[in-house]
Amino acid sequence: MSAVAGTHAQDQHHGPARGFSRWLLTTNHKDIGSMYLIFSFTMFLLGGTMAMVIRAELFQPGLQIVQPEFFNQMTTMHGLIMVFGAVMPAFVGLANWMIPLMIGAPDMALPRMNNWSFWLLPCAFLILVSTLFMEGGAPNFGWTFYAPLSTTYGPPSTTFFVFAIHIMGVSSIMGAINVIATVLNMRAPGMTLMKMPMFVWTWLITAFLLIAVMPVLAGVVTMVLMDINFGTSFFNAAGGGDPVLFQHVFWFFGHPEVYIMILPAFGAISQIIPAFSRKRLFGYSSMVYATGAIAMLSFLVWAHHMFTVGVPVAGQLFFMYATLLIAVPTGVKVFNWVATMFRGALSFETPMLFAVAFVILFSIGGFSGVMLAIAPADFQYHDTYFVVAHFHYVLVPGAIFGIFASAYFWLPKWTGHMYDETLGKTHFWLSFIGMNLAFFPMHFLGLAGMPRRIPDYALQFADFNMVSSIGAFMFGATQLLFVLIVVKCVKGGEKAPAKPWDGAEGLEWTLPSPAPYHTFSTPPEVK
Amino acid sequence: MRVYAQRVGVLSGGLLFPALSMADWGVNMTPGVTGTSNDIFNLHMTIFWICVAIGVVVFGVMFWSIIAHRKSQGAKPANFHENTMVEVLWTLIPLVILVIMAIPATATLVDMYDTTESDIDIKVTGYQWRWQYEYINDDFGYFSSLTTPADQINNRQAKGENYLLEVDKPMVVPVGKKIRFLLTANDVIHSWWVPDFGFKKDAIPGFINEAWTRVDKPGIYRGQCAELCGKDHGFMPVVVKAVPEEEYNTWVAEQKEAAEKERQLTEKDWTMEELMERGETTYATNCVACHQADGSGAPPAFPALKGSAIATGDMAAHIDVVVNGVSGTAMQAFGSQLSEADLAAIITYERNAWGNNVGDMVTPKEIFDYKNEQ
Repeated sequence: MSAVAGTHAQDQHHGPARGFSRWLLTTNHKDIGSMYLIFSFTMFLLGGTMAMVIRAELFQPGLQIVQPEFFNQMTTMHGLIMVFGAVMPAFVGLANWMIPLMIGAPDMALPRMNNWSFWLLPCAFLILVSTLFMEGGAPNFGWTFYAPLSTTYGPPSTTFFVFAIHIMGVSSIMGAINVIATVLNMRAPGMTLMKMPMFVWTWLITAFLLIAVMPVLAGVVTMVLMDINFGTSFFNAAGGGDPVLFQHVFWFFGHPEVYIMILPAFGAISQIIPAFSRKRLFGYSSMVYATGAIAMLSFLVWAHHMFTVGVPVAGQLFFMYATLLIAVPTGVKVFNWVATMFRGALSFETPMLFAVAFVILFSIGGFSGVMLAIAPADFQYHDTYFVVAHFHYVLVPGAIFGIFASAYFWLPKWTGHMYDETLGKTHFWLSFIGMNLAFFPMHFLGLAGMPRRIPDYALQFADFNMVSSIGAFMFGATQLLFVLIVVKCVKGGEKAPAKPWDGAEGLEWTLPSPAPYHTFSTPPEVK
Repeated sequence: MRVYAQRVGVLSGGLLFPALSMADWGVNMTPGVTGTSNDIFNLHMTIFWICVAIGVVVFGVMFWSIIAHRKSQGAKPANFHENTMVEVLWTLIPLVILVIMAIPATATLVDMYDTTESDIDIKVTGYQWRWQYEYINDDFGYFSSLTTPADQINNRQAKGENYLLEVDKPMVVPVGKKIRFLLTANDVIHSWWVPDFGFKKDAIPGFINEAWTRVDKPGIYRGQCAELCGKDHGFMPVVVKAVPEEEYNTWVAEQKEAAEKERQLTEKDWTMEELMERGETTYATNCVACHQADGSGAPPAFPALKGSAIATGDMAAHIDVVVNGVSGTAMQAFGSQLSEADLAAIITYERNAWGNNVGDMVTPKEIFDYKNEQ
């Protein structure tokens, strides 16, 4: 990409093509990034609608709105859509938009593959969602699809579910390869690895995690496929198979997967907190090492999801200790964020509000994580609403708030307009209150003994379930406000300067707002 | 420690929710009635307070910064951005705290795994969607199913006090004895859990897991299946009745006698009316979850029996389906789950209820012979 790559060619490709083919055929990282973000938000609303059905049914004891079969389909699809459709693609969208701008590259390293990996996603989710309309209904065995409930006892649509997961996996692996190739090969001259913005670092590490574990997921769904359609007995005890093997393989994917959903958010928060503290990130290198340590440890803790399956005591102890160890690098990250804020000059625009809430609420999720890691106590917590509260505390104010913080932070760069600050803050506060109202009482429900994934419950759980449902409706409705804010921001609003946040640092802020269609055709010099 | 922790818990709960500190608004785990559950409760409270302490320190510094270092208050940012000493410290201190947490946890865990020297062994088998308890030292066993009426679940009737946590025949155990559980499952994975006992163990087809408990106090303890096991996962409660030893021994004697009577039922000569009567109740406990009380089922997963080809067709085929199940579907093999009398009653009932007027019947003896021929 020399700066003199033929003026003629550049005239021809000045801006984007017109019409639908622009989006179908585009290889531009900004277009693809936007499509990823729009797609993921659509999936967020769809998965959220299912959560509303779940909370509506759980509003009161008794069966009111849906029957247990459909309830199980809702919990399963909610989980699958949120994990694979909302959170993961949103981070890939942010990576597409921001990594080239942050490292001074003209585009992603593999732009055609980039297009392909995006367009696979709508296909995969079309297949997944279509199972709702099939005979026997959608998958109903939980997003963890434990065998033999998903194999011998699964609905006929399971085969379609397996195929959809395969396609999502292919898409994720290609996205990860693209990130690694871009970060390792296309950094501007002078940008050494230890000068990269934290968001780029966390995504680089996430990409390696993805490449390591998505094939494992593909393996386990393939075994499910074989058990259902080709008469194998990987997980069928009656045929000499092993139902527990499923859980080992699934969680070997599943635990790194939860870090895949949180590490990029760590990175984004590490960009945003310094910007609004007007102070450099505290302990940059320890942040990088902590992220690496979390990623490594994530491969050694999978069986803490399986403390009740009868793992031998030695294994139980190993996984308990390894899990507790993760608290150390995670703690380092939280301490670094707090130290960054300490003695800064803080202001609280919407991105910062989401970022601060992220640190506090993610830490609460981390605390319950430490409690769950204590194996004997996990015998009580396991598969109760305590676990539901825990992982929603790390995923909603963790991953989702991280994504919202990023969106508000970079919206001026993407659209060229400032978003409406009042609406943004309203969105934050309603989300914050709604989310805590929805998920905090779930801790109490779990400790009182309410199992997860039940459509109806004993009477002593009624009060907190009602509170939780009210909070969930509030959180759900609030997200429509975000649509309004983004549409308003795209259509107009106050013109955004190149660097709308006075404390922000990084190459992306050296570009005009909105970022031109082609950027960094000539690489910038980083000192 | 425990009492102290409880008081603080109740106090803080009361402060947070002044008007709501009633039983239904309980915010904490309860200590339970076994040594294990008490150990776990103490562990839980210890970790909880350590987390609270860490939270107070970390969030305290954070809120201090939020309040004192605002740009709008004219704060000027400091310039520091690393400090090796501090960073090493806040890596090592959490490590030490974690080790402190891990020590009592390890001791409790090792104790929980010691299933040796039990006084009573009970085999627990998970089925979709009920539990089977077999007292293997005394050679009897039975199924334990939900008794909450469908009308309560579907809001046509006021819900009872133990809504969804009541069964026809609870597990009975003596207090003060070490009871060893052998857990397995017949179809999918279930998980047997009584919160007051402080353990939860998965029941997995093809595996036998072990767990133990020693109940300190007589009483009725309720729990639920804790692993998603299909449609009625929320409707398979666990109820355990802990009784003094003499009462337990009497109960065991009664059960053995009843098991003997059950075996004699097979030999008895049955009339159509007797079979229909028994069939109606047995069908209600074993079949309605899928096939519904009126035999209409829930197609396509759970076919209707009313007017079905099997229930109105060849008798041998009908017996085969009920006794051996249909592989690859939710229809289980009931041959090993029900007595011959119950099997005969159900099959007869299905062929002659809801307008299925086949008019024939099958006796327990015939079922017995059928099973032996296989």
